[in-house]
Formats: sequence, structure tokens, C-alpha cells
Amino acid sequence: MEQKILKLLEKDARMSNSDIADILGTTPEAVEAAVRKMEKDGIIRGYKTVIDWEKVAADRVNAIIELKIAPKTGCGFEEVAERIAKYPEVESVSLMSGAYDLNVVVSGKTFREVANFVAKELSTMDSVTSTATQFVMRRYKEFDVCLTESESDGRGLYSL
Amino acid sequence: MMNYDKILTDTVKELKPSGIRKFFDLAGTMEGVISLGVGEPDFHTPWQIRNAGIRSLEQGQTRYTANRGTELLRREISRYFKDKYAVSYDPMTEVLVTVGGSEAIDMTLRAVIDPGDEVIIPQPSYVCYEPITRLLGGVPVILNTKAENDFKVTPDELRALITDKTKVLILPYPCNPTGAIMEKDDLIAIEKVLHDTNILVLSDEIYAELTFGGIRHTSVASVPGMKERTVTVNGFSKAFSMTGWRLGYACGPAAVMSAITKIHQYAIMCAPTTSQAAAVEALRSCDAEVEKMRDEYDNRRHFTVAGFNRLGLTTREPKGAFYVFPDIRSTGLSSDEFCERLLGEERVAVVPGTAFGASGEGFVRVSYCYSIDHIREAFMRIERFLEKLKNHDYPWQK
Repeated sequence: MEQKILKLLEKDARMSNSDIADILGTTPEAVEAAVRKMEKDGIIRGYKTVIDWEKVAADRVNAIIELKIAPKTGCGFEEVAERIAKYPEVESVSLMSGAYDLNVVVSGKTFREVANFVAKELSTMDSVTSTATQFVMRRYKEFDVCLTESESDGRGLYSL
Repeated sequence: MMNYDKILTDTVKELKPSGIRKFFDLAGTMEGVISLGVGEPDFHTPWQIRNAGIRSLEQGQTRYTANRGTELLRREISRYFKDKYAVSYDPMTEVLVTVGGSEAIDMTLRAVIDPGDEVIIPQPSYVCYEPITRLLGGVPVILNTKAENDFKVTPDELRALITDKTKVLILPYPCNPTGAIMEKDDLIAIEKVLHDTNILVLSDEIYAELTFGGIRHTSVASVPGMKERTVTVNGFSKAFSMTGWRLGYACGPAAVMSAITKIHQYAIMCAPTTSQAAAVEALRSCDAEVEKMRDEYDNRRHFTVAGFNRLGLTTREPKGAFYVFPDIRSTGLSSDEFCERLLGEERVAVVPGTAFGASGEGFVRVSYCYSIDHIREAFMRIERFLEKLKNHDYPWQK
């Protein structure tokens, strides 16, 4: 049941316990208990909203930064990644296979703010040997949701 | 001055208009109607299928194909049928690609019905079998399936309708509108009734991919003794969300298929070339997509059944297709009144069971080809409607 609840909530975090219960053929109380437990166990880490910020004209710039790391004794990938993750400017940190090591997504109000963060905070870290910063120009799909014009339904009201 | 009345055939003039025309007209004048009324997936055709169609156009595949359909597609259909339903069809002589399942049904009946031949049609069911039979001068013999039998055809009901004029038995399962399916044991019982007859089965399996609760569709032809007497109709519309591509197929004994192909060759030439190219991709690499859609339908199915039962409209859990068929007799309204008033008062579009045959009286067809949010909104309106009925309007309170 847990897996099914997770799949439903992954698609729609606002789905009510009673709707989930109807779909899974159980009671809202059982769903509530399962969700609480998964929250407690750290399986469910939070609930967020998918927002198309471009529509709100808010000042918001995102950049993807590729970091190369030279791990040192007592300061491997884990430690560096965890330190970077602590910055509020950082939205996500992932260890990558391939040409570079850490993929860091950073957000800020302006281009300059993000650039400053990279220059002052990330590139000056001991283990960081190089950075490559790419600014996001436009988002088309996020969290499985298409942000551009979606395909219309086009069906009538009745058909047999 | 043309006298069109004299132009049209008597048979066409006598054909009844579809049971939803009235609702079309009514709903057309309204704003804010929320529909649970269509028999068509809300999902778009999976992207890789669309892409295969586009690629075929880019490669200039813009000409007729062989009458029977491309050999590649017929081979894929044959393989698919063997893998999925354990029935082997020879792609060269036993498979015909058609313009939707609809054409396959039409062509099959055209190939076998002489005036006066009887066609046993279980109802409630999809609406095309009866008019096509009439157009051919055949005689529709209606088998009214019952809710207490889960809307299946029972051997006794079938036996009672067989005469020496019976030519064809339609088996429309998984069933639009009831969501009923026929499982292997049900079909074995039917085979026993047909065993010593010369009756052909037209098995409309367009919803074959949509069965739920761990039950997989049993193709009629996979039942011992059935393959030799069955034309199986299937297609891409429902399983792969390809309604607009108009592509289906029929499989059956070579002697029948070559007759059907003859008519198809004169009437249609061949199914659309682009659609055939796309369909190859559908059969080859879309299992995961189909599975994903089926899971989503299954969620909605549970949600919809639970919702109606909570509102006091008894709804059995349908095992196939994408409809539920709530029993609305407790409201004291006829199917038609229920649908008309629900549309007029709360602007929710559902289809009266009677649109699928007289035995659909007392039921309405609700499609769950809609998002959970959409269905939830419709339920809020239906609940309001039922409350109003309860408080003011039960006929026996008047």
C-alpha cells in the first residue's frame, strides 16, 4: 500500500486521505497512519508546489553548476556535498557519473547574485578544483509537469 | 424539385437515431457542462507512436498499402496476438487491417449476413451491431444480459435464442457500457452451446487491454473449439489512445477473412498508411505506456465505484473497459429522466443506459476517462443533485 500511496502523492501532493482511500480500497484513517509513518521514517521528505515563476514575473534566476572535486583525506565527496547543501541558495546537489562530480542547482534573484555566490562561496572551497556555470534560460517541464502550452482535450461532451 | 424521401432507403429511414442525440443538442446550449460522457481515452497517443507516424511521413510513405494492410503490421499483429492471448493467426491469410474496429465489425457482418439471417446481440452493448444487421436485412435478436449475472451472456440465455436461422453471435466483451468481461470458464460454457452449430462468433475485443484486478483478457478464439468459428475484432483506439488514427483489425479463419477482404478492397482499399506505420511502433514498444494508462484507469475505477456507492447508487465493480454502470432505480427516475435532469440541473453529462439497448433502463453509463480532479468535481454536483431529489422530489413523496 505504501508504494501506491507514494505514487499517488508524487503526482498530486494535495490528494486527500479519503480520495486515496477510495482508490486503494481502504479507510482514510489507514492512509493517514501510513502517511504519518512515512513522514516519520523520512521517506516522505516534504510537499511542494510546482510553480511557473515566469508567469508571476518574479525575479528569479537559476543556474546549474558543474563542480569538479579533488577529494582529500577526511573530506570526500560526501563531506563536500553536504557542506554545499547547507547553503540556502542551493536547491539541489547530486553526485554525477561522467565528466564532472557534483551537479549543483542554485537560485538567486539576479544573474549577479548567483555569479557572486559561485565566485565567493563555491569556487573558493578547498576541494573544488573547477566550476562551470550554466544559467537556465527557460523551463519547459518540471516535476513531470509541462510548463508550456499543454495539449488540449478536444473531446466532445458525449460519445458512445 | 428533389424528393429526398424517395431517395433514401426504407431501412435507413427506419433506423433509430442514436440515443444521445437529444443530449448533444441540449448540452450544446449550456455553459459549464462537466462531462463523464465520452467513450474515448483522455490520454494522448504515446509520443513514440506519434513520432513513428511523423517519421513515416518524412520518409514519404504516403501511398496505398496492400489491401490487407502492410505485411509488417500484420506480422506484428500476429505476434502480439500470440504473445498476449495465445492465439496464432497467419499474417498472410488470417489478418486484415481495417479503419478502426468499426470497419472490421461492418465488413464481417456484410460478409456473412443474408436477408432473414438472425444475429444474436447481447445488450446493453455498443450501438453499432443492431443497425448494421438491419442495413443488411438481417434480424437482430436481442439477448438482454442482467445485472445479477454481471451482464455476462449465460449459456441458458443463449440456448433459448438460437434458431435454425441464427448466423452470428456477437460477443462484445470487455463491454461498453457495463464494463463486464467474460472469463475463460464463461466462454467454455458458451462454446458448449455452440459446439454442434454452424454459428459464427463476432468477438469485439476492442477493450481487451483494459481489464483490471489482476484478471487478464481471455480472447474468445483461445478457448478450445472457438478459433474456427470466431472472427476477432480489435484495434488501437482504446489500448493505445489512438482513436483519431482510425485503425483496427480483424482476425479469423482464412475462408471468412478472404471474403471480408474482398469487401474491404472494394469499399475502403486500405487503412491509412501513416496510422499503420504508427501502429507497428505501438505493438512493438508500448507495453510500459499501456501499463501506465491501465494503472491510472484502475485508480479512477476504484475512485468512481466508491463514490457512487457512497452516494447510494449501487455500482458493481466493473472488471473491464473504462466505464461504470451505476444502478439509478432507487431515485425513481428513468435513465433518460435522470440524465436529462442531471444535465439540466447540475450540468453533468452522463449517458442513459437505454442508449445501449432497452435493457439498460435503470442504469447510466459513466466514463472514467477523466482526471481524478474532474471526476471529484462531477461527484460534488451529482451529490447535490441526489440531495435535491431526496429532499423534494421522490415521486412517492408527492
